[in-house]
Amino acid sequence: MIVNEELNNKITFHTDALTKDYVTGETVVQALRGVSVEVPEGDMVILLGPSGSGKSTFLNIIGGLDSPSSGEVYFKKDRLSDYSEQQLTQFRRHNVGFVFQAYNLVPSLTALENVALVTDISLDPVPPMEALEAVNLGDRARHFPSQLSGGEQQRVAIARALAKRPEVLLCDEPTGALDSETGIVVLKALQDVNKKYGTTTIIITHNAPIAHMADRVIYFGDGQVVDERVNENPCSPEEISW
Amino acid sequence: MKTPVRQRRSAGSMIEALNRKLARDLWNIKSQMLAIIMVMACGIATFIMTFGMLDSLTLSRDVYYDRYQFADIFAQLKRAPYGVRQQILDIPGVSAVEDRVVFGVTVQVDSMIEPASGKLISLPDGRKPLLNNLYLSSGRLLLPDEDGAILCIESFAKAHGFTLGDRVSMVINGHKRALKIVGIVLSPEYVYSVGPGAMFPDDKRFGIFWMSQRTLEAAVDMDGAFNDIAIRMDRGANMKNITQEIDIILKPYGGLISYGRDEQMSHWFVQNEMNQLRAMGLFAPMIFLSVAAFLINVVMTRQVATQRVQIGMLKAVGYTNREISAHFLKMVLLVVMVGSILGVAIGVWLGAGMANMYTQFFHFPILKFSFSAEVIIFSVFFCTISAVLGTLFAIRRAAKLPPAEAMRPESPAQYRRTLLERIGAEKYFSYLFRIVIRQVERRPVRTFFSTLGISLSISILIFAFFMEDSINYLIEVQYDISQRQDVTLGFVTPREISALEEIRLMPGVINVEPVRSVPVFLKSEHFSKRSSIMGILPDPDLHRILDRDLNAAQVPEQGLALSSKLAQVLHVKKGDMVTAEVLEDRRPILNIRVAETVEEFIGLSAFMNIDQLNQHLNEGTMITGASVMVDPLWNGPLYQEIKKIPAIASMNILLKARELFRDIMGENLMKMVMMNVFFAGLIAFGVIYNTARISLSERGRELASLRVLGLTKGEVAYILFGEMAFIIMMAIPLGLFIGYMMVVGMAQSMDTELFRIPVMIDRDTYGLSVLIIIVSSVLSFYLVWRKVENIDLVSAQKGVE
Repeated sequence: MIVNEELNNKITFHTDALTKDYVTGETVVQALRGVSVEVPEGDMVILLGPSGSGKSTFLNIIGGLDSPSSGEVYFKKDRLSDYSEQQLTQFRRHNVGFVFQAYNLVPSLTALENVALVTDISLDPVPPMEALEAVNLGDRARHFPSQLSGGEQQRVAIARALAKRPEVLLCDEPTGALDSETGIVVLKALQDVNKKYGTTTIIITHNAPIAHMADRVIYFGDGQVVDERVNENPCSPEEISW
Repeated sequence: MKTPVRQRRSAGSMIEALNRKLARDLWNIKSQMLAIIMVMACGIATFIMTFGMLDSLTLSRDVYYDRYQFADIFAQLKRAPYGVRQQILDIPGVSAVEDRVVFGVTVQVDSMIEPASGKLISLPDGRKPLLNNLYLSSGRLLLPDEDGAILCIESFAKAHGFTLGDRVSMVINGHKRALKIVGIVLSPEYVYSVGPGAMFPDDKRFGIFWMSQRTLEAAVDMDGAFNDIAIRMDRGANMKNITQEIDIILKPYGGLISYGRDEQMSHWFVQNEMNQLRAMGLFAPMIFLSVAAFLINVVMTRQVATQRVQIGMLKAVGYTNREISAHFLKMVLLVVMVGSILGVAIGVWLGAGMANMYTQFFHFPILKFSFSAEVIIFSVFFCTISAVLGTLFAIRRAAKLPPAEAMRPESPAQYRRTLLERIGAEKYFSYLFRIVIRQVERRPVRTFFSTLGISLSISILIFAFFMEDSINYLIEVQYDISQRQDVTLGFVTPREISALEEIRLMPGVINVEPVRSVPVFLKSEHFSKRSSIMGILPDPDLHRILDRDLNAAQVPEQGLALSSKLAQVLHVKKGDMVTAEVLEDRRPILNIRVAETVEEFIGLSAFMNIDQLNQHLNEGTMITGASVMVDPLWNGPLYQEIKKIPAIASMNILLKARELFRDIMGENLMKMVMMNVFFAGLIAFGVIYNTARISLSERGRELASLRVLGLTKGEVAYILFGEMAFIIMMAIPLGLFIGYMMVVGMAQSMDTELFRIPVMIDRDTYGLSVLIIIVSSVLSFYLVWRKVENIDLVSAQKGVE
């Protein structure tokens, strides 16, 4: 395995000239055209950009859901692009926590069971109840998704993602379906997890003000990174308004 | 601006667009719809096949009976002078009488070492018979007083390859004669011709021949007399009164009790077959169409659910509820249409095959599969009704959706803890298993119908295989436990017991037992039945009687052993008295106690100790036949010897009967079994495949997100197939039970006076049925699994649809 000398353990993700083409019929859509970024361990990173700018494709590739057309992806020292399908499943199973815009809870399992479903297959999980308490949902543990509000469902999803002690937490528009008040509660939960467990967190949003709470903001445009900024003083979500 | 024109055009293109959407939606669920179409087509095909066949049989039979004057009443007697005929014609309600001489003969065919038995029937000289006229298939009819010529029934001629001009040797009343076949015929009396004591027609060993009346009378010493009579009634005449009058008139002439068509052997078999067909014709399509209705309900409900947002949009842009309902209804009707066309084609094809099979057993001048427009209209109508009823609920839901709500995402499906969990068993369940059983419990109606559908296919399989089990068992009981003799001989007239010693001395005879059979009319209060009492040894080795558990039983020392079916017909039980009117010679009337009831699959018999029977008849020790056990190496010489003895009227070789039984049942049963296996497999496949596909569609996003969370394909498949596996597990015991009940029902419907079939299901049958369902499930799982393999992980990342 080729290991970049400069790549040390402090970098969680490193991509090099990443491209992704989607071929539909005779037209080729270039979703990514040479994306090279580094995500340091423990950072809260926010990906900003208009829709179609390639941020979701980027997230899917580093999360092991999709493979690049060319270029390299490293997770720490391992080259993700070399992984087999089984290895990718194991990678997601043990290293990555996902939070979706649509929550995607299992409707037939209670909040606690949704979390336990994931901790059951993890190597060193946080106890499911503790994970729920971390997002302030200890008292809703025995409720089914249909009995929870949108914000509560999303917080269960975050608890589910963090409970396996993932090294990275990937969130695609976690507040997209929520009103601003609920959104702030959810973002707070994400920030708490990032601080408490030191989990590298990457959040996609098209909501620019959220960027204030990040350690690092990466701006996507037309399949490329157009700007990258480091935020010396991230603020708390409560201070954000949109 | 010409607004009205524009509006019209846009409305038109809107409808067109909706139709295009319909075609594409259908294309997207083509494999599910195909499974439904197949099940539907099977429903229509079985309906058309059975009712078309029923129509064809009815038509062939009615035309045949009508044109060839099939009689209404039949009677056999010992001997009566011609004059008696007029007496019968004078009975009010009788419109025609034909008297005949019917005589049993032994037929010797060169190609067969054993003799065949036959019936020789007289034809009036110089005129056409008034009743039971013959259909001339080839050759000519008899000339008046023609000697040395016969007409031969087509089945016998075909079985032996006889053509016009061939000679058939037969022993008539002790004289061997070679008679020339001048015509090959069919008779409405012998549409189904089965030899005495047989269950299946044996065309090689049983033949019917017709001869000039005067020639036959001379050959069998019946000059100026007859021993068989056929009668036609006026339309609407009371048959019971007429048969009573006939019995009174014929009594002095040794008349056996007269009977109507319903007891005429050939007619009975045709009728019985038609009744079976009618029952099957309703039952099978009902199962198929209900399953199709259920499946289409599931698929359409899902269609409405996935198209929720589209429906809201359509309503928002101005489509009416009626238009939206019509849209979904059109989808269903299109499926019905394809299913109907396919079903009609398959039905006609199967029907032609079935008609072909029937021509092996039923000899009509013409039997072609034809079906009326009504049969098609009815089948398509039932199919449409069931499919529309199945979809109504889903369509109503689509129509009732308020547009604004429809366009909002559906809130998560509501679940709750299952019964098992509420009583505290949940700690034993894995989370994956909880997902599975909560899903099962959340849709009790769907779970119930899926379970029922799979159960039905298991029961159809049991039903298909049971016939073979049952018939093997019947053969085993009949030939290994009950009738262990190799040959049954019947004498022309009763003989002294010493005749037994002559038989014992014949080549190869190992053992021989006497039989004394006497025709009787059994009565108990107002119930009565024509039958015969068989006198046999008290502790026989060869022809034995069977107790309730089908073990060999002793013949009671005193009284009658009645077959349980006969006891049922007479409404008597062990210990009751019955009156037996002996129908020969002095015609004594005996009062005998029913000492035992015994089991029997063929016929309605009464058994008695032979010595006791002879005492009752006060005739000394007489026998009418014998059961013989033969060394197989000596079969040939023995048959040769028997052929030479004129006193032997009939010879039944049980080994041949057994072979024939197996051949006929084997061949036709295999076809039926194959068809049923296909049907059952199709139902199981349809239910399992569709339910799994629907599950996949309903939970695609859930499963995709679980895959993203790191669950393996196997774990995801467990959730998807776990539900089906659970349903299949529940369906197995239910299916076994329904199958058993269907078998019991079938045995009951086949419980007739001529034969019965035992309720006998081998363990292998249960096992094989379950196995086929499991194979069918695995196949449907595999097809759905390929979809699971291709679950798009990225789709879970997408926002709300």
